[in-house]
Parts: sequence; structure tokens; C-alpha cells
Amino acid sequence: MNSNHTLSVLVENKPGVLTRIAGMFARRGYNIHSLAVGPTDDERVSRLTVVVGTEAVQLEQIIKQLNKLVHVLKILELDPDDAVEREMQLVKVTADPATRSQIIEIAEVFRAKIVDVSHDALTIEAAGNPAKLEALAELLAPYGIREMVRSGTIALSRGTRSITDGSKLRMQRAV
Amino acid sequence: MKITGAQAVMKSLEMLGVDTVFGYPGGAILPAYDPMIEAGFEHVLVRHEQGAIHMAEGYAHATGRVGVCIVTSGPAATNLVTGLADANMDSIPVLAITGQVATTAIGSDAFQEADVTGITMPITKHNELVHTAERIAGALKEAYYIAKSGRPGPVLVDLPKDVLNELIDWHWDEHIDLPGYRPTIRGHGKMVKEALDLIASAKRPVIYAGGGLIRAGAGEELRDFAERLQLPVVTTLMGRGILPDRHELTVGMPGMHGHYAGVKALQETDLLVTLGARFDDRVTGRLDAFAPLAKVIHVDVDPAEIGKNREVDVPIVGDLKVVLGQLLRVLDDKEEKGLLEPLLPDTTAWRSHLDELKRDHPLLLDQPETGVLKPQTAIRAIYDTWGDDAVYVSGVGQHQMWAAQHIPYSRGGQWINSGGLGTMGFAVPAAIGAKVGVGRDVPVIAIDGDGCFQMTFQEIAAAVQHDIPVIFCVINNGFLGMVRQWQSLFYEDRLSQVRLPQDCPDLLKLADAYGIPGFRVMHVEDLDATLAKAYAITDQPVLIDFRVDPDEMVFPMVPSGASNDDVLETAEQWYARAAALAAAKLAAAGEDQL
Repeated sequence: MNSNHTLSVLVENKPGVLTRIAGMFARRGYNIHSLAVGPTDDERVSRLTVVVGTEAVQLEQIIKQLNKLVHVLKILELDPDDAVEREMQLVKVTADPATRSQIIEIAEVFRAKIVDVSHDALTIEAAGNPAKLEALAELLAPYGIREMVRSGTIALSRGTRSITDGSKLRMQRAV
Repeated sequence: MKITGAQAVMKSLEMLGVDTVFGYPGGAILPAYDPMIEAGFEHVLVRHEQGAIHMAEGYAHATGRVGVCIVTSGPAATNLVTGLADANMDSIPVLAITGQVATTAIGSDAFQEADVTGITMPITKHNELVHTAERIAGALKEAYYIAKSGRPGPVLVDLPKDVLNELIDWHWDEHIDLPGYRPTIRGHGKMVKEALDLIASAKRPVIYAGGGLIRAGAGEELRDFAERLQLPVVTTLMGRGILPDRHELTVGMPGMHGHYAGVKALQETDLLVTLGARFDDRVTGRLDAFAPLAKVIHVDVDPAEIGKNREVDVPIVGDLKVVLGQLLRVLDDKEEKGLLEPLLPDTTAWRSHLDELKRDHPLLLDQPETGVLKPQTAIRAIYDTWGDDAVYVSGVGQHQMWAAQHIPYSRGGQWINSGGLGTMGFAVPAAIGAKVGVGRDVPVIAIDGDGCFQMTFQEIAAAVQHDIPVIFCVINNGFLGMVRQWQSLFYEDRLSQVRLPQDCPDLLKLADAYGIPGFRVMHVEDLDATLAKAYAITDQPVLIDFRVDPDEMVFPMVPSGASNDDVLETAEQWYARAAALAAAKLAAAGEDQL
């Protein structure tokens, strides 16, 4: 059965590494739901968060194929019950004097922020898991969404453990 | 003293112990060809860049060392694509060096610019575009190491022209720092023991031996292991010879055109001991009907192969030579303690059953005493002439299958072909590269088809120019034989674009044009005398035109998409099966109407 899996991938911060990963997914027919990439606390290392919709057997293949890429340092599958997963969403919604306060109220319920105001529109910034962001968008829809953008998922495991525990990455950083 | 990036390339290759590079100069790589005049390695000038990489592959296949090729940017680099994909599929260690336009011109659609690292990303084990000359030594050293270690494969290093001209201080050290690349070499101890327990309890175990064993140089270990546990062995197209065909435990080749007993051994086994093989569709046929009764032990240096196509009971990731060594050591320990007996499966009945299959189902060959020459006869005679010392290199198609079936191989690396990618045109350049690798004393025989030969025969000029005496045998049936066979069998004999006139080109005139001896065999009775003449020539390339029966087909054959239970040994069996299937279909349609 297909379900979403979140992979945290540490990669060497080298040119083309994102292409290598995206290309591997494409040519082996794996489906990427979302992909987010950014720097880590170590400038030589980037961290990707990939959400894939797949069955367990194929997930194992994906992880193995990712591991074969020379620039991939470490892969961790995050357990959804034991991880913090977040996406960010910006929504520009039509708001006239009559509806503005209702929209602000909705935003407050979702702990979202108003980041831009103009005569007939508001831009709302929200962060959370995909279900929350979808609910927010649904409530805003009747007012007229002018445009919307959502980031890929980023995620960390809960507790004190770190993806770099037990690997040589930490030690190398001291050098 | 400062040196140029180009000089750093030469020094790096020297430090890596490279003795030969196969290449072709041109614009962006020009700076490298100047210091090459003084470099401590040979350069073979090819006639097409595809030739350069297939030669590097042939060299690597035959020697186990990394094959190196060097070409310029753009079209030269894209001409490597087929060979890179080939080496990637068959796990051949190749280092490809390409020129690139200057870093300042990259992205501007400059003359002879192509995004070579982008193009080759999915068909190389790794690649790198080098941005500074300081990085050249490190990039080449790492590329060489990645190419030959773990699961071998092709690695490409792209060198912009200004990087080659940049002045730097030369520095070389042996240290390799690849934090994301650490192949697993030793097998997991617990799994090793579990594997032996599973074998001990098997009734009909068989070793499914693939090309990975050859890459690991594990022939001796395989023989010891098979002999101690008395396990029958099938050798795949890529693994032919890793256990000699004349060894009593060798059952034959499995797969679409495998030996009957080889195919059946895998269908009937209750335990597949898979060593360096990858459950390729040409071996398994219909995957869900393959080896239906078998549990699976799978040893491979590439973890991604394990569980990719077939679920595995005992997975072992590691270098095959090392893991087989571990398995043998456990057996040694047990023997010392007098505990070996429980680990030995009783395979007596199973082996005698397989011996019976081998005896009752030999390869069929209907060769008249005079007149028409059967292609299989030609290939057997080639083997009888050059024997066990020679290396045999083939292209892709019928001649490849016959050469795989009919020659009794006696060591890994003796049989070189394009298995995974099925690259027509592989034989001529790969044989030249193999000959460079094995040297004067080992004959190298290219067994090619007339279709394949015409894709790459321009490289004969390289063989002549560089004094590389390969024997080129063309199994000339005037057809794209394998395609014709499929049109005959699957498309009711409607032949479409498969005819190649047998005398165009005239291969004797072609031999003449290249200034090498040429021979032609028209009939079976000419075979021995002609081969004797060809055998006597050892100091220059030779071209032999075998005019063979155009209608011959390759059997046994498992129909494409069918279960391996349906292995057919003759065309008559094929047509009988096809007729039965058609009748059953008609009957079913009739019932539907009722």
C-alpha cells in the first residue's frame, strides 16, 4: 500500500547534488511528493527532506539507490509519530473592509501571521503540517485566494538524538 | 616549479599506474595532448570515440584493471555515452576523461559545448566537472578509486580547457576522502552462518553465479566453496567461465538462450545461492514464475541489488572474494572441530538428476558433412583452433548466444561481451582493448556478427596502426539474425529491414584495404584448412568471413515474457507450442460464444 514517507538526507554541499538526487528519482520512476533543501549548521553539508509516496519494498530500494550516490552522506527515515514536520505557506487573499477582520480571526485561530496588508488584500504566513495548511486554505477560499505558495516539508526527529549521531560527520567537523 | 593542469593530468595517470589510454584529440582536450608526448603511458588513437570507450571496457574486462579513455568535449564526449551506459550495466571499471569548454564559456552554448556531466549522470557510477587545476589530481585519484572499488563502474571527469592550462604546484598523496562512499567489504558474520545453515538443509541447492564473481576475482574461492559443499553451479552470460564449463559441478548457462539443464536447474531448485548475479529479466523470464520453489541467499557488493527483483531470505552485502573466504573459514573451523558433517547438504540425487538433464538435452546442431556451414560449427571450430588460452569477445545477437553456449570457458575474463546493455558494435573495439590488456602471448578472438561488425569495424585501422593483432571473425549470415529470428517467431515470418547483403561490403577487399590478411569460409569442408592458415598468423590482425547458414536460429529459447518452464529446444517445438496456444485461444473463443 502506498503511503507517505519522510526521508532526511544529508549530502555534501557540492554542485549538482540536487540534480543527482532528482534525476535518480526520475529515472527509476519514484514519485517525489515534496522536496526541501537547505544548509545545515555545517557549511559543507546540506540537508534535504524528501517526502515520497510509496510502498515499503520500494522505499527500501529508494534508500539504497540514494545511498549509492557518492555525495549522499546519510539517510534517515523519520517516523511521523516521533518527528516534527513543518511546511510553510504564504496566501494572498482578497480582503475588503467588510471581510478583513473575519480573515484576521481565521488566521489567529491557525496561529498564522499577517505579513502584508493592502487596500483589498492580505498576505498570510502560516506554518504547520500539511493537514493544517490545507484546512487554512480551505477556510480562506471563499474570500478569494489570489495566489498561494507552499514549501516542501522540513522535519526533525523529536528528542535529543541527531541524524549525525554515531557518524563521522561530527568528528570531521572539528578538523 | 609550477606545472599546467594538463601536466597534472599526465602525472596523475602515471601515479595511478595507467599503462595505456585509448583516445582521440580535439579542441578542448588539446592542452592534454601536448604533455602526452612525454607521458609514461601508451596512447591508442581510435577512429571514433565510441571505439575508445569500448576499448577501455575490453581492457578492463580482460585485466580487471581500470580502463582509461580520453576524448574532447561536445560531440566526442557524447560519443562516449553508449560505452558509459554499457560499462554501467556490466559493472566495468572505466575512467573517462573528457575535455570541456573553458569555465568562462560554460553555459554560453560555446563551440563543442555539451553538458557532459549532466548527460552522463544517470549512466555513470559518478562524475565530476573540475573547476580548478588544484582539484585535478584529487578528482582523477577519486574517480579511479570509485571506478574499481565496491561494485565497479564508469566514472567520468570533465576538464575545462582553461583548467588544463592553469599553472599550479604539483601535489600528490594517496589519501582518499569520500565520506559518502564506503563500500561494505566484509559480510555480516551472522548472515554467513545462516547461509550455511540454509544450504545444509536444502535438497536441491544451486549456485547462481554471475559476473560479480569475475569482478571480484573470486574464481578460486567459488570452486573451493562449490566443491566442499558439492553444489551445482550455473554461470550466467556475464559469469561464463568463472567455474570452468568442464568442471563436473557446472550445469551450464541459465536464461532465455541458456543450456536446457541450466534453465531447469534454476526452475527446480529449492535454494538459490546467488553470488554476484542480479536476477536480470533475461535470466528470470517471467519473474513471478522464476525459481518458484526456491529460497534465496543473495551475496552482492551492491546492497541495492539485494531484494531489487526477488525477495531474499539471507542477504549478505560484501565483496564476493571476501565473503566466500568467510564462508570457507567457517567450514574450516567446523571441520577442525569435527562438526562439518551437519553442514553438508546431500546433493547426490540432485546432481545425478542434473547430469541426466545435461546428457539428455545437449545443444542440438544439425551440421551436414559438406556444403552449408552452420554458425555453431564455425564457432566451435574457432574454439578448437585457438583453444583455452584465448580470450573470446563478442558483439550482440545470435553469434553472441552461440559463442556463449558452444565454447567451453575455463576462467573468468576469458569471455567478454556486452550483456546488460546489449551494445551492437562492442566486439571489434573491445577485442582490441582486451588484446592491449592481455599482451602478445594470449590470442584475442573477436566473434562478431555481420550487423555488429559494420557498426565499428573502422577500429581495425587502430589495430593495424598500433600493431594489435586481433583475430576478427565475422559470422556472416546476411541478416540481423536475432531480429530476424524474432520476426520469424513472433511476427509470422514477416521480415522487416533485417537483410544485410552478405557480400556488401566484400570482407576480403576490406581486409585488403586495411592491409591485413583476409580469409573466407564458404563451406564446412573449407573450415579447418582456412583456420589453420589464420592460426599461423600471430603478428598482425586477421579478418575471417564465415559465410554461414542464414536460416539458423538460436535454441534453446524461452519465449519472451514466458515462464522458464517453457524452455524450447528446437524450432519444431516452438511452432508446435505456438499452434497449441492458437488452438486453445480459438477453443476459448468458441466457448465464449456458447
